[in-house]
Amino acid sequence: MSLAAKDSRQAWGLLAPALVWTAAFFVLPFLGMVALSFANMEGRDIVRGFDPGNYARIFTDTVMLGALRNSLEITVVVTVISVVLAYPLAAIIAFRVPARWQRLALMMAVLPFWTSYVVRSYSWLLVLGQNGVVNKALLGLGLIAEPLQIASTRTATVIGFVHFFVMLLTLTIYANLIQLSPNYARAAQDLGASRWQTFAHVILPLTLPGVVTGAFLTFVLSIGDYITPQILGGNTELTLPQLIMLQLGRSGNFPLASALSVVLMAVVTLAYFASSRWLRLDRV
Amino acid sequence: MEMTMTRTLSALALLLTATPGLAQELNALVWCDHTDPALIEPFEKKFGVKVNLKVYEGTAAGLAILDQSQPGDWDVLVIDAVDVKRAVEAGRLAELPADKLATADFFPELVMAENNTVDGKTYAVTEKFGYNTISYDKTKVDPADMEDMAVLTSGKYDGRIGIYDYYLPVLGLVALGQGINTADITAETLPKLKDPLMALRKASKQVSDVVSAQTGLATGEVDIVVGGGEWLTAVLAAENPNLDWTIPKQGGLRWAQSIGVVAGSTQPDLALEFVNYITSPEGQARLATSSCYWGMPANAKAGDALTPDQKAVLRWDQQPDYLKRAQLYPIPDAALDTAMQDLWTEMLAQ
Repeated sequence: MSLAAKDSRQAWGLLAPALVWTAAFFVLPFLGMVALSFANMEGRDIVRGFDPGNYARIFTDTVMLGALRNSLEITVVVTVISVVLAYPLAAIIAFRVPARWQRLALMMAVLPFWTSYVVRSYSWLLVLGQNGVVNKALLGLGLIAEPLQIASTRTATVIGFVHFFVMLLTLTIYANLIQLSPNYARAAQDLGASRWQTFAHVILPLTLPGVVTGAFLTFVLSIGDYITPQILGGNTELTLPQLIMLQLGRSGNFPLASALSVVLMAVVTLAYFASSRWLRLDRV
Repeated sequence: MEMTMTRTLSALALLLTATPGLAQELNALVWCDHTDPALIEPFEKKFGVKVNLKVYEGTAAGLAILDQSQPGDWDVLVIDAVDVKRAVEAGRLAELPADKLATADFFPELVMAENNTVDGKTYAVTEKFGYNTISYDKTKVDPADMEDMAVLTSGKYDGRIGIYDYYLPVLGLVALGQGINTADITAETLPKLKDPLMALRKASKQVSDVVSAQTGLATGEVDIVVGGGEWLTAVLAAENPNLDWTIPKQGGLRWAQSIGVVAGSTQPDLALEFVNYITSPEGQARLATSSCYWGMPANAKAGDALTPDQKAVLRWDQQPDYLKRAQLYPIPDAALDTAMQDLWTEMLAQ
């Protein structure tokens, strides 16, 4: 046996467990879901077949299109705000906080991760409520005359998401920034670049993979999230995951829920291809 | 040979019951009120078993779990009383020995034979009930207003209303507001509910699950919850005595949950013991005051095991009047159910 053939067999041997795992727990269930998405309901029974009716309904029903649009709008807003907030935070930790304190600063940044996601969402409901901390503070400072309606709105959903994803993005961006040699910035400034030019033309492009990786993860986790819009949004508008849950928990309409899930995965796949040029999942 | 086999099996059975690590287990598919340790632990101690509980929401989800399970995986099922027939038709419930059930001690309206019995065979027994009506904070709204459902969409309480996120009771209430009995909700009458439902949605601030509705009412986020009742406010009564509920003049809905033994259970006798424990006066009192939500016990003898304060919160003495004025949930067939859910989804997306 040649050395190359031996290496190849070893490589496949090492890959095999991961391939089997992926096939068993992702590929096969996914294919099953796609097949189910072409079934339909007769009464309360699922009738297998090849009927694209569920997809036709998703792209013609105003409620379903509205849910897709809401999901996309919320996800894009959350991703942009999270990146804008996380980048400076990561930069401060990487460049301004002394090395011996950086670990503590990162720990503080991810501290909210230590509590349950559901508990955190209900906590935000109390903070943002009519008689919550935010409204009481604003009223106390005389900045508002009447309590603002924040809970049970899209704003509350976005705040809940941003609080969570800023932490995630801070970690991915920090991981990139900390690997960056300070010589790049020094070289740029030696060549006459201002601080802004150094950031815009040197630092940012070099850290873009970390930013895009974090943004992609934020996009994926945000668009598929059911808890936050359900608790903080007060059901004032429907998102795609809420619509999927309605089909599963209430209607028992698994074919339509599968079709909606396939659409959700298609959106994530498009986001992947759109960002794949910069995506470095190995930096996570 | 047969003797040896019998002895071996007996020894194994003894070993199973005597060894803590191999203790007998009972698997129950339940609603969250059954997860209160104060309810389950006395049964576990008495029978030396471990009760594994899985909480589900919505009959469709519960039946889907059973669909995906092997026969014998589940022993006990708690289900909406109006959906017992649906579970029986799906072959999910085993027949119960009617003579071994405590139904003789039940409030007569709660025996619900028309729901728990199919073709003369009993498949489930009612365990708890209550009302979906209007919950409110009596310091924030005029209690007299809450006696008339029409006030909700009059503009007086706009932005202060929460709607319980469950289409059956709320559509039932909207129907009562239009003078339509819940049993008369059909494909023909359903369109009449659309405008009033949308008007209610327009006047409301949120449509929320149990916890969010309780949080909203307790924190003043909303002052009224349509679809609420004692199950929403009773558990908060000790901390917030301002929370109250009423059945308006148009009427309210009566919810009821039933319990039965799952078809294919490998330990039907133990499952039946569990059903009988839950429907015994002591079990009923514990279930009625469960930490998840309160509700009236179906067994009238549970009154002896409840404190006067607990009975006051449950409005024990008003039950005869309430039972007269409340109607059961609508029981839609598959097509009407889909239409009702589509209307509900449209309301959520509004």
